[in-house]
Amino acid sequence: MYDGARVRVDDREKEWALLMRAGNAGDAAAYRRLLAQLTPALRAFAGRGLARAGASGADAEDIVQETLLALHLKRQTWDESGPLSPWLYAIARHKLIDALRRRGRRIEVSIDDFAEILPGADQAQGSVVADVSRHLGELPAGQRNVVHCIAVDGASIDEAAARLSMSNGAVRVALHRGLASLAAKFRSYE
Amino acid sequence: MMDTNELIAALSIDSVRPPAPGRALALALIPGVAIAICLFLATLGLRPHFPSLLGEPRFLFKLLLLDLLAALSGALVLRLFRPGAVPRAAVLALAIPPILLALAICAELVAVPAAQWGARLVGSNSMVCLRSIPFLGFAPLIATLLALRYGAPERPALAGAAAGLFAGAIGAAIYATHCPDDSPLFVAVWYPIAIAFMTAVGAMLGARLLRW
Repeated sequence: MYDGARVRVDDREKEWALLMRAGNAGDAAAYRRLLAQLTPALRAFAGRGLARAGASGADAEDIVQETLLALHLKRQTWDESGPLSPWLYAIARHKLIDALRRRGRRIEVSIDDFAEILPGADQAQGSVVADVSRHLGELPAGQRNVVHCIAVDGASIDEAAARLSMSNGAVRVALHRGLASLAAKFRSYE
Repeated sequence: MMDTNELIAALSIDSVRPPAPGRALALALIPGVAIAICLFLATLGLRPHFPSLLGEPRFLFKLLLLDLLAALSGALVLRLFRPGAVPRAAVLALAIPPILLALAICAELVAVPAAQWGARLVGSNSMVCLRSIPFLGFAPLIATLLALRYGAPERPALAGAAAGLFAGAIGAAIYATHCPDDSPLFVAVWYPIAIAFMTAVGAMLGARLLRW
């Protein structure tokens, strides 16, 4: 009666919702596990979307990161009584479309067309790679230091506060604002 | 450098939680509606003998109709905060006030001789109505748009339009307590023009302000 794939999807859906509710209740470890589990699903979604649009897959990781930022900053819009997937994929779709639209606005020239003229042209020139690390450099110093300290050096709030001689509260606020600024940088990147 | 795993680490440590949709909207509307009511009291004010007028069926219908429109469009706005939420039921529910108004017009046409229809429709105060509804709806519109910025509307212009409709309905519901024209014929002509204007302004602002 039941096919295996369907049961696995239902299980996954239940676990996601469970982890999200735990995260909403303040369980940071559960929330981190959820984000780690969502990432491959988002990566597959972005890859499929780019392929369908005939775009290069090089931007998939950008879209994954932008989607992670968006679902984090908008996590209060998930209705805890419902399933997570419709909400998650609505955000992923929104970010995919946004990325494709930004991409469409640029003059799109495939590097293949110039393969003979530009042998060895830098591949990165042809893609829209604009990942978090690039935007991180554009943040105000206060936000940048806190985000860098926590994300890249793996510091906790307390450790970041000690290292940067800031109060815990100021670190929390700077982290949140930094993440919100990163999301805005993605959006404004043309 | 920062890769996806590092981003996840930062996200899971960020514990600042923006207000949920209902709370965001309520917190924004309290000052927004308070401003509208203060402007109303300072410039227009309640109709004389307001309490006794509540027994008048036309007046009461007008007030309840606009309150209903505000409630239904508010429910739509709350729906549009959430990505993946299907707004169809909330949109269909918006057909209820026009249907009720159509029934009220039928009753009015039966109750009032044809010679008076024109006068009832034109009313005595239509220009004040057209000016006052956007005037009173402006602060609620800004409040609703600010609240929606905490949301994640899939279609920003649509969410803005819903915010404009909601704010227009609030402005209209407040103005209606001053408006001396109670005939459904008047309500069906002039109120919708002002509310449609607010909806269009909301859609325009939403397309700009509600991107995320």
